[in-house]
Amino acid sequence: MEFLTIVFYFLTFLAVYVQVFFLVTFFEKRKDINIRKEDIELDHYPKVSVIVPCYNEEKTLDNTINSLLSMNYPKDRLEILIVDDGSKDGTWDQALKYKDHPQIKIFHKENGGKHTALNLGLENVTGEFVGCLDADSTVHPETLKRIITFFSNPETMAVAPSIVIRDPKTLLQYAQRAEYDMAHYNKKMLAFLDGIHVTPGPFSIFRKKVFDTIGPYRKAHHTEDQEIALRMHTHNMKIDHCPDGYVYTGSPSTIPKLYRQRVRWMYGFIKNATDYRSLFFKPRYGTIGMFTLPSGFISITGTMFLLVFTGINIYKYIIHKILQISTVGLNMSTGNIFSVDLFFINTQAVIFISIMLYMLVIAALVNGRMMIAGRRILSWDILLFIIIYSVIAPFWLIKAVWNAVTHREASWTGERDVLISNPNK
Amino acid sequence: MNQKNDWAKYIIVFFITVALFAIAGGLSNFFTDKKVENIKTVQARLATDILSSETQFSLLSELSCKQVDGEDTLSAELNDIADKIAYSEKNLKANEEITDLKKYYSILEIKDYLLTKKINQKCGNQRVPVLYFYTTADNCTECTKQGFVLTELRTKYPNVRVYSFDYSLDLSALKALTHIYKIEDTKLPALVIDEQVNTGFQDTATLEKKYPKLFKIKKDTPLVVPIKKTVEPEVKVDTNTTPVDSNVN
Repeated sequence: MEFLTIVFYFLTFLAVYVQVFFLVTFFEKRKDINIRKEDIELDHYPKVSVIVPCYNEEKTLDNTINSLLSMNYPKDRLEILIVDDGSKDGTWDQALKYKDHPQIKIFHKENGGKHTALNLGLENVTGEFVGCLDADSTVHPETLKRIITFFSNPETMAVAPSIVIRDPKTLLQYAQRAEYDMAHYNKKMLAFLDGIHVTPGPFSIFRKKVFDTIGPYRKAHHTEDQEIALRMHTHNMKIDHCPDGYVYTGSPSTIPKLYRQRVRWMYGFIKNATDYRSLFFKPRYGTIGMFTLPSGFISITGTMFLLVFTGINIYKYIIHKILQISTVGLNMSTGNIFSVDLFFINTQAVIFISIMLYMLVIAALVNGRMMIAGRRILSWDILLFIIIYSVIAPFWLIKAVWNAVTHREASWTGERDVLISNPNK
Repeated sequence: MNQKNDWAKYIIVFFITVALFAIAGGLSNFFTDKKVENIKTVQARLATDILSSETQFSLLSELSCKQVDGEDTLSAELNDIADKIAYSEKNLKANEEITDLKKYYSILEIKDYLLTKKINQKCGNQRVPVLYFYTTADNCTECTKQGFVLTELRTKYPNVRVYSFDYSLDLSALKALTHIYKIEDTKLPALVIDEQVNTGFQDTATLEKKYPKLFKIKKDTPLVVPIKKTVEPEVKVDTNTTPVDSNVN
């Protein structure tokens, strides 16, 4: 067996292992997944402060603020802090409209990056719980209440929401919707295992004491939402996931935009995971070190390997074709190309393993959609996701790895027309 | 929060994954066996067909050059097996059984080659047998190229029948054949056409130029040359003849 084939089988084994791990967890815990359709009332409404960091978001800020103000949560228990991070457009003028609103505080500062805007907000919050909402996202009216119910567990220090793509229009956005469905599933399973490694920018809610204990946000390679989660794990703080706490967010509509966003996310993951390498394979940190972070690296390695593996095969095929054309020209008979002899159907073990892996991924996508829609739906998004991501994902992974190796940071402000949340990684 | 690891789960999931891989391996083996059986079945049919052709030839050779039935079927079967064996070598796991099938196939090729030669001697050059020796031992690019040329020739001239032999195959009948034509493994690919050995890569134009008489029956030209009907002696019956009354005393 060739070396590459051995590596291929090894990585595939690990990929199947990860998916089986999630599926076993799903069957074990599925009764604990509670999707609430009806409105709920809380015995106690703790005060919550939501920071909205903005950079050049004059067009979307109003929607974001209005959705926060429309939440079914007592007005006097909800505080909103708009922090303009030195925008160059009319964001500050938009923010000024709210300067007299009793629930809203507005701040303006020199541009310093998202983490500085969040930290300015943190210095001024008065709530017992603190959240952040990116200025291109909106929330479901019941989301905050649903999330707060998870804090009935005194060990829970942060709760991540379920991020949903808002109004998908392009095929790429439909593919992303399927990807986000899988992210819900993965995140919920990781929550059951205490292994969530990111508290996404759109509406993750923290106990204020998290920041009092471990400090404010850091620059963290423009993925401060990953870093804060990893830092929480080093302090053994529990992060949960609220499957029915919906947050609606914009998504990149074109491949170049998606590419830039994902390079930043993956770059952030690689750099943050490297910074927190002390978590790896340390049983005392639980799932995050034993499973989540290693499986992230396996996923990156596997995808890149698959690209190389496929590339080699395509290269061999092209060389073979060039040899054929240079020998006998283009008038070659096509031979048995259209014959339907079942003999020539590939029945190598790798084919069956791949089928199994795809079935596990589809199960993850369907289960994720169930968490959003409340019922199992097999949609075309899944096919789009598999096709589009199989082709383009390896390229952003390679670019992110390259950037990480050569220390080239991706710019957050450079992709402001792109979604800035990170729902799944 | 007390971080805990569910070691039992890690282990159970490991075994489930191993089981899934075992199932995949089992399915693959099952289908490999089916494919080997398929090759065996086609080969058995081919062996019967060759034997039938030989017998038919022996029976008819004394009388006429009538085309031996089933020639085209035979050619198709030979190619079919060649394709399947080549595919199996490439895609199925290294298997003694595949090598054995390849050896058997080579023997059938030699038998068919001998039969074709006999037919040609008796009836003139209707078929053009081409012996092709290649190697899978080294990365022989010239062999791949030669393969393309032979496929083209076979498509262009349906009277060409290519017998491919893997030089690296350990088979005494094949060794005898290579010995007869003095084929050397350092000079592969090698072609034997019209009893002449051509070593090294030969392109289509060169072969056509070298053997203009052999490569002449193009596709869509009827392969079977009409053969004069054998006239059977007529037995005349004179209906006017009065029958002999055997009962006349």
